[in-house]
Amino acid sequence: MSEDKLVAMANQIGRFFVPQRGGDPVSAIADHLQKFWDPRMRAAIVAHLEKGGADLDDPVRQAVRRLKEAEARN
Amino acid sequence: MSLISETDYGTPPSRAGEQVTLTIDGQAVTVSAGTSIMRAAVEAGVSVPKLCATDSLEAFGSCRLCLVEVAGRPGTPASCTTPVAPGMVVSTQTERLKQIRRGVMELYISDHPLDCLTCAANGDCELQDMAGAVGLREVRYGYEGANHLGQEKDESNPYFAFDPSKCIVCSRCVRACEEVQGTFALTIQGRGFESKVSPGALGDDFLSSECVSCGACVQACPTATLSEKSVIEIGTPEHSVVTTCAYCGVGCSFKAEMRGEEVVRMVPWKDGKANRGHSCVKGRFAWGYANHKERILKPMIRDSIDQPWREVSWEVAIGRVASEFKRLQEKHGRLAIGGITSSRCTNEETYLVQKLVRGGFGNNNVDTCARVCHSPTGYGLKETFGTSAGTQDFDSVEHSDVVLVIGANPTDAHPVFASRLKRRLRQGARLIVIDPRRTDLVRSPHIEADHHLALRPGTNAAVLNALAHVIVTEGLVNEAFVREFCDRDAFEYWAQFVSDPRNSPESVGLVSGVPAETIRAAARLFATGGNAAIYYGLGVTEHSQGTTTVMAIANLAMATGNIGRPGVGVNPLRGQNNVQGSCDMGSFPHEFTGYRHVSDDATRHAFEALWGRPLDREPGLRIPNMFDAALEGTFKGLYVQGEDILQSDPNTKHVAAALAAMECVVVQDLFLNETANYAHVFLPGSSFLEKDGTFTNAERRINRVRRVMTPRSGMADWEITLAIARAMGFEMRYGHPSEIMDEIARLTPGFAGVSYDLLDRLGSVQWPCNEKAPEGTPVMHIGGFVRGKGNFMVTEYVPTDERTGPRFPLLLTTGRILSQYNVGAQTRRTDNVVWHDEDVLEIHPHDAEQRGVRDGDWVRLDSRAGATTLRAQVTDRVAPGVVYTTFHHPETQANVVTTEHSDWATNCPEYKVTAVQVSPSNGPSEWQREYGRQAEHSRRIAKAAAE
Repeated sequence: MSEDKLVAMANQIGRFFVPQRGGDPVSAIADHLQKFWDPRMRAAIVAHLEKGGADLDDPVRQAVRRLKEAEARN
Repeated sequence: MSLISETDYGTPPSRAGEQVTLTIDGQAVTVSAGTSIMRAAVEAGVSVPKLCATDSLEAFGSCRLCLVEVAGRPGTPASCTTPVAPGMVVSTQTERLKQIRRGVMELYISDHPLDCLTCAANGDCELQDMAGAVGLREVRYGYEGANHLGQEKDESNPYFAFDPSKCIVCSRCVRACEEVQGTFALTIQGRGFESKVSPGALGDDFLSSECVSCGACVQACPTATLSEKSVIEIGTPEHSVVTTCAYCGVGCSFKAEMRGEEVVRMVPWKDGKANRGHSCVKGRFAWGYANHKERILKPMIRDSIDQPWREVSWEVAIGRVASEFKRLQEKHGRLAIGGITSSRCTNEETYLVQKLVRGGFGNNNVDTCARVCHSPTGYGLKETFGTSAGTQDFDSVEHSDVVLVIGANPTDAHPVFASRLKRRLRQGARLIVIDPRRTDLVRSPHIEADHHLALRPGTNAAVLNALAHVIVTEGLVNEAFVREFCDRDAFEYWAQFVSDPRNSPESVGLVSGVPAETIRAAARLFATGGNAAIYYGLGVTEHSQGTTTVMAIANLAMATGNIGRPGVGVNPLRGQNNVQGSCDMGSFPHEFTGYRHVSDDATRHAFEALWGRPLDREPGLRIPNMFDAALEGTFKGLYVQGEDILQSDPNTKHVAAALAAMECVVVQDLFLNETANYAHVFLPGSSFLEKDGTFTNAERRINRVRRVMTPRSGMADWEITLAIARAMGFEMRYGHPSEIMDEIARLTPGFAGVSYDLLDRLGSVQWPCNEKAPEGTPVMHIGGFVRGKGNFMVTEYVPTDERTGPRFPLLLTTGRILSQYNVGAQTRRTDNVVWHDEDVLEIHPHDAEQRGVRDGDWVRLDSRAGATTLRAQVTDRVAPGVVYTTFHHPETQANVVTTEHSDWATNCPEYKVTAVQVSPSNGPSEWQREYGRQAEHSRRIAKAAAE
């Protein structure tokens, strides 16, 4: 998967959830990635984070980190 | 089987609640006030002779055949124009009436060719019937007087002929064009003896006129004046079967009128609840592709896409699919293959494909073409209302006072609904259109939008937020509705958001190009004009903010209380016939039937128990993700049923590269479509005429599709999927598609009450259909939302990443045209090409002049993704800075130009916004030339050899 494309897609998701009511966009972004992204896409964005996570918006970066932790637990 | 004959009541029903009792020919009959005597008589079982009356049209009173006598009243009033009255005593058959009617018929017949035996309408002619009914035995005037018998036929229309020598000038065709279709293409020209039906202006024939070939005039004609050419050629039908059109999401019911296994004509069924007896040029006439010479009827295989196809037996083809898919999974892993279903297929077929993928392939890599059209609708409406579907039935529009149409062009894409909408608009409903292009709905005969918000493509969310801003800040919110039915905290948070000055019409006007006052006026009308309904299409969903915009639409409906009753609601106009159904059937990679996520243990266990297979709890790849994974090398095999992803998906070059990277592409279709150029196995599919099943239309209506001819390839589509599953070791057992629906009902709460028996009994049913709603649900969210409280979502406007600049200064938006359908695979193989044989580029005169482009010139259309050439049409339908084209022709491949930008939630492509440049051209682009060569090479079929 093209990392640039995945980063752009993840940031788009972030821009929707950040202004939502509830004050926890990180959980909402992580939940969306978990529910709608195929495991190889999630693995690719996690790998991108492990390489420094260039261009990921901050809440998205946190959400991907949460994904990584969740995958590690499973 | 016999021909289905519908009762013609002569005049439309009255909607009055008050009942009136009268006596007709000695029988007491009780009907609604306002009913005509003619209709009351038919309801009492008495048939009054008539010619100019038919129940799809308002009474006209011109033929003087339906005269009756009413006790205590002078004269012989026309029963079609005379309403019933309490205690009225009517006689339909007296000596005086008999004489008058016979005299009228003598006059008609004195100017009519007496060629009944060789007439195409012999046995299906109301004039012939009436001659018999009134006992006409002679014509005292003779036949030598002045007459119209020498008048020339108009055979310009490819589907029907107009023979004026047989016309009785009853005006039924003219009135059908006005009242039913709303096009006003026909008129009665001249006066007295010179009166004649005329299409358009002087010198026009049917083809050159504004006639849209909906067929309403042909259907209304009581003689052989307007006749289908297929009837003239084949003869009258001998039996008919009710089925459902396989074109757009309106889902019109038709009678397939047959002679043996040959379709003579498709006639809209009066009892069809979506179309109420109306049709468009596609459903009515464009079904000839089923017998087109390019149909592929034998399975074919090849080892690589460079080779010609080889025809093989079904066993060999299915064996190849199974062995290749198994090999790929062994070599590349369980997730290396997947399937794509189509909204052109039935519910039962799409259900089987997702079952094959989930149960047979062992993953969730299944998606449907709804991915690239209405996937944002599912997500957006589920989050706000709780159900991934529109809220109303089509009848609802008859109760609307204000209609907001955004990102939809129903005149072209949903023509039968457009006719119903236009009828309501002519009755006085108000109209707001939000569209970058001046669609026909903005201004057409007797229709004019109150407000046209010609926004810059990509700014839908901003404009809807501005409408909401006005409604909230000017105190136009329906507080009572919000208090009772919506989440209060969500509303307050949202109201604060939209009230922010950045969402004011003045701010949004700067980005959208819509004057602030126009936004304010539209918002006030929507909020205060009575029942307000929103209809939207792909101009909403096919954006990077498609889902956000769907939510903004839902917010607007909730804030104004326009949910939960007839006349209001949120109505997604689905592009293809079974978009709703393919979504309902669990075709998305993350959810089972009924929109339940694959990670939901209870749901998954229910499917596992019935299917006898463990199922994956992880979401699979969506279509665009499949392409990316193919290029990455992790996705190697694809089963595509009924979909042409190469032509319909964005960035054609990217799709082509992805398909070329796969090792086994299996295409199941009617024709060697563009995707098949990259396929290794071709499985010949069936047209809708050859299959049993169901389609679910845009109003959640499940309609039966009934087989009228044997599958020409020898196997029905559902049987092909079954055969693949069996060859892969996953046994599915069904004897008939009805058994597939029974399984769907067992596993899907909203379909629990659906069965073929129920559909046969009710004609159709709208889901949810279960214990709570045994006969279905025409209007949803009555007395509360499915999710509990309606949920307002914040819909911040985020500009698309696709930006104009010096290299690409214009914005391209794409759409459809009336005569063609989707990628054109069906309609291009019919006579519909006389109206549209190539895609053209609409460009504003200002932009054209700047580039030295004249109307009809070849132009090159360049974007960051690719380039194509097509002819320019210079028109002010589009605003300066915006160009528009359709994607019906593979020679143009509009999607060579579109990009991979997509909706944030669903990956629905952003077809509607592409930055482009237009320049004069004198030939095809390099890509077009190369693609043409590749396509021709790829479609070679080797001569049959012994297997």
